[in-house]
Amino acid sequence: MAQDLPLTNAKRAPKGGVEVRGLSRRFSGRTIIDNVDLTIAPGEFVALLGHSGSGKSTMLRALAGLDPDVEIAGGLTVPDATSVIFQDARLLPWQRVLTNVRLGLRRQDGGNLAVAALGEVGLTGRETAWPGDLSGGEQQRVALARALVREPELLLADEPFGALDALTKISMHKLLRELCAAHSPAVLLVTHDVDEAVLLADRTIVLHGGRIVLDETVKLPNIRDRADPEFVGHRKRLLDGLGV
Amino acid sequence: MSAWGTVRIRAEKPIPFLRLLGPVLLLVVWGVASATGALDPRTLPPPWQVVSRAWQLIADGVLQRALLASVQRSMTGLGLGVLFGIGFSLISGLNRWGEAIVDGPLQIWRATPVLAVIPLAIYWLGLGEQMKITLICLTTMIPIYINTSAAIASVEKRFVELAHTIRLTHWEFVRYVVIPGALPGFFTGLRLSAVSAWLVLVVVEQSNTINGLGYMVGEARVNGQVDIIAVGLVVYALLGLTTDGVLRLLEKRVLSWRKTFR
Ligand SMILES: Nc1ncnc2c1ncn2[C@@H]1O[C@H](COP(=O)(O)OP(=O)(O)OP(=O)(O)O)[C@@H](O)[C@H]1O
Ligand SMILES: [Mg+2]
Repeated sequence: MAQDLPLTNAKRAPKGGVEVRGLSRRFSGRTIIDNVDLTIAPGEFVALLGHSGSGKSTMLRALAGLDPDVEIAGGLTVPDATSVIFQDARLLPWQRVLTNVRLGLRRQDGGNLAVAALGEVGLTGRETAWPGDLSGGEQQRVALARALVREPELLLADEPFGALDALTKISMHKLLRELCAAHSPAVLLVTHDVDEAVLLADRTIVLHGGRIVLDETVKLPNIRDRADPEFVGHRKRLLDGLGV
Repeated sequence: MSAWGTVRIRAEKPIPFLRLLGPVLLLVVWGVASATGALDPRTLPPPWQVVSRAWQLIADGVLQRALLASVQRSMTGLGLGVLFGIGFSLISGLNRWGEAIVDGPLQIWRATPVLAVIPLAIYWLGLGEQMKITLICLTTMIPIYINTSAAIASVEKRFVELAHTIRLTHWEFVRYVVIPGALPGFFTGLRLSAVSAWLVLVVVEQSNTINGLGYMVGEARVNGQVDIIAVGLVVYALLGLTTDGVLRLLEKRVLSWRKTFR
């Protein structure tokens, strides 16, 4: 990655994490999330796993402030500067790529920052393309640029790489790690992919039956090797926690 | 081609003026019917007589004057109709109080035939230009309102959520999400409106007008000049086609982001 870009240079001390006490969500009597507590330290990368339908998206939407009907018994703290990446790239099809990235940025140099952010995700030269003309992976990278250009203190990502092929996934993982190292946001990454979780996260949690049934720090160095026994062990404990 | 792939994916190569095929065929049928005597010239004169009559009307300057008066009328009416249509659809689409106030009356007006309103319009506004433009405006505003407000209402929830997460102000949300998202619906409405602008024009020009195409045709009817009536009809048809063509072109340019069947 180009190191001289303004965004990459903006290394900041991490600040702003998540603190939620007693989060519950019921859909017409069915309890999906049952009085859950969750703390994410500033700059910490947490992966959230769980079966399909276990309430991962529900949890993330609650933290993103997208769910007005969620019950919070003991208070919720999330930073103002929170970015969300959805499972679909969710680009406005009628705005060009650059506009999609810079929309809502209230800064004089917003345009330059957006151009730089597109450079960071390897999309220099595609500024004036329509989102519909990009590949799925490219669209997802635009979404990543849009999230990071806001210099978030918290990044909420709902299976952002779920629809990508294995190769694109690998390069996106690398990109996400680099960008997180540069910008140090706290991250909550929802994922189905156990390897992805162990590869990227500082901590993994598993949601099951409306509660967090497993919460474990990843005791691995920053550069991770899938063959490392600790990697294999953590992976196995996650799969056990998921009941696989 | 394999049996399972019957839906064509590649956009067909455009053939220039292909759209004119149908109208040209119609013209051929008309010509042949006239030449063989199957069509009585008192019912409808042959195309060449209509053409020579048109030339004569152009040479005398009659057609241009009529055309100018009519185009001015319908375009003023349509322009105002577009403004009101957009205005009402924003009021109704963005705010439920606005919808409660605006939508009902417009639905009632939509169900009312213009012909039935003309006497009242004349009683209120007189026989002049004001009445004609008002009626065109009120009529053309309806398709725009219906289609644009429906398009606003169906802007996807997921884009509303996105707007929330990137902290757009209400105005930015309207400007960057709602309006461009509703533009396809607006164009559908606009094309319907443009057609109805010409339809209403014909009707209002029949009543006590001293210029315009409707007047020209009306006079011809009184004098039994079928060929002038035919010229009028052809001009109306051309106007309709041209307007639609221009709007299609505009739509294609403005909505170039869309990936659609055609
Ligand atoms: N708006 C809603 N109305 C009713 N039920 C809902 C609603 N949203 C979610 N649910 C239910 O809540 C449960 C959890 O949904 P959620 O989308 O959070 O699952 P998830 O863990 O993200 O699953 P996946 O991995 O498949 O994305 C599901 O059973 C779903 O049917
Ligand atoms: Mg989900």
